[in-house]
Amino acid sequence: MNIEPYRKIAYDGLWKNNQALVALLGLCPLLAVSNSVINSLGLGLATTVALVLSNTIVSLIRSQVSHEVRLPVYVLVIAANVTIIDLLMNAFFHELHKILGIFIPLIVTNCAIIGRAEAFASKNTLDKALADGFFVGLGFTLALMALGALRELIGTGTLFSRADWLFGDIAKHWSIQVFDDYGGFLLAILPPGAFIGLGLLIAVKNVIDARGK
Amino acid sequence: MNSTLKTMLSAAAILGLFSLLGIGLVTWVHQHTEMRIAENQRQTLLHSLQNLIPAGSYDNDLLADAIQISAAELAAQPVTVYRARRLGKPVAAVFSTVAPDGYSGDIRLLVAVKADGSLAGVRVISHKETPGLGDLIDENKSLWILGFDGLSLDNPPLKQWKVKRDGGVFDQFTGATVTPRAVVRAVRSILSFFKSNQEKLFAG
Repeated sequence: MNIEPYRKIAYDGLWKNNQALVALLGLCPLLAVSNSVINSLGLGLATTVALVLSNTIVSLIRSQVSHEVRLPVYVLVIAANVTIIDLLMNAFFHELHKILGIFIPLIVTNCAIIGRAEAFASKNTLDKALADGFFVGLGFTLALMALGALRELIGTGTLFSRADWLFGDIAKHWSIQVFDDYGGFLLAILPPGAFIGLGLLIAVKNVIDARGK
Repeated sequence: MNSTLKTMLSAAAILGLFSLLGIGLVTWVHQHTEMRIAENQRQTLLHSLQNLIPAGSYDNDLLADAIQISAAELAAQPVTVYRARRLGKPVAAVFSTVAPDGYSGDIRLLVAVKADGSLAGVRVISHKETPGLGDLIDENKSLWILGFDGLSLDNPPLKQWKVKRDGGVFDQFTGATVTPRAVVRAVRSILSFFKSNQEKLFAG
C-alpha cells in the first residue's frame, strides 16, 4: 500500500490546511466553546465523529449525485447525520450527552464539515475520505484545545478543570492549578479573548511556517 | 424529451430520494430512541430532586405527584411543583421556577421547601450569567447557593431577605450584584407563596 497520499492528507489536515488556523472555518463553535481545555476537547470529539461520518457517506454517494444538486444533498446528509448522532447519544450515553449536548447543535453551524464534503470527500475514494475526515477533525480538535488551554490558563489560572465531566470520577484530580492565588482575567474567558487568542495562535503558526522556509 | 429537462428531472429525483431517505432514517432512529430518552430525562430530573430531598424521606412517586401553578407573584410562566409526601403527609415541595431578572436572561432554579416552611435547598439548573462573575451561583463554581439550606422567612427576617448591597444579609459577588439579587428575590417569593398557599399546594 502506498502510504504517501495518506501522509499528505494527515499533514494537510493537521497543519498545512488546518481548518481552524488556516481555512478559518468553523469559527462560530470554535470561538463560543473554547474557554477551557475540556470544553474544547468535547466539541472537538463531537466534530470529528460528525466529519468522519459525513465524509464517508459523501464519498460513497459521490458518483450517484449529479453536480447541480450536490450541495443540498450534502446539507441533507450532514443534518440527518448530526440529528441521528444527537438522538443516539441522548439515548445510550445520556451522561455524556448532558455535557456534549450543547455542542452538537453547534456542529451543524460548522462549515468545515460541508467544506470537506465538497472539497475532498466528493472527489476521493472511501479510504481517503475517511482519513481526511479523521485528520481534519483531529487538527480542528488540537487547534481548539490549544486555544482552550491558552484562555483557561490566562482566564482562571487552571488547566483541565472539570475533566471529570468527560472522563468520569477518575479525572476529578486532573485539574492543575498553575498559578496559586490567581485572581483571574475575565477578558480571556469572554468572547473577545477568543478572538485575541485565535489571532495569537494564527500568528504563531505563521512564524513557524516562515522559519521553516 | 430534450436533455435539459431530463437532467433537471433526474436531479430533482435524486434530491427527493435523499430527502426521503434522510427523513425516513431520522424518524426511524427517533422512534427507537424516544422511550429511552424520556426515561433518561426522568432519571436525571429525579436525581436532581433527590439532591434536595433525600430518597428515604418520602414514599410517593415525586414525578407523578406534580402540579402546574400559574401565579403572577411567582413567575410569568407556570411553575411546576413536585410534592413529596410520607404516609400521605406533606414532607416538602420542590418548585421548578425561573428567576427572570438575571444579568443575561432566565436563571432556572429548583427550590425545595420543607413542610415547616424552611428551605431544604436551592439549585441552579441552567443560567447564562457571566463566567467568573455571575456564574458563582452554580453549585459547581462556588458554595454560595448552599447558603440557603435551612433558611426560612423568619430566619433571616423578611426585611433582610436581600443581598447586602440592598441592606439584607446575602453576599453578593464582587462585580456581580444583579445575579444573586435575582436568585434571592425568586427564592423569597417562593417562600412567601408557600407560606400563604401551603394547604392548597398539598391538596389533591
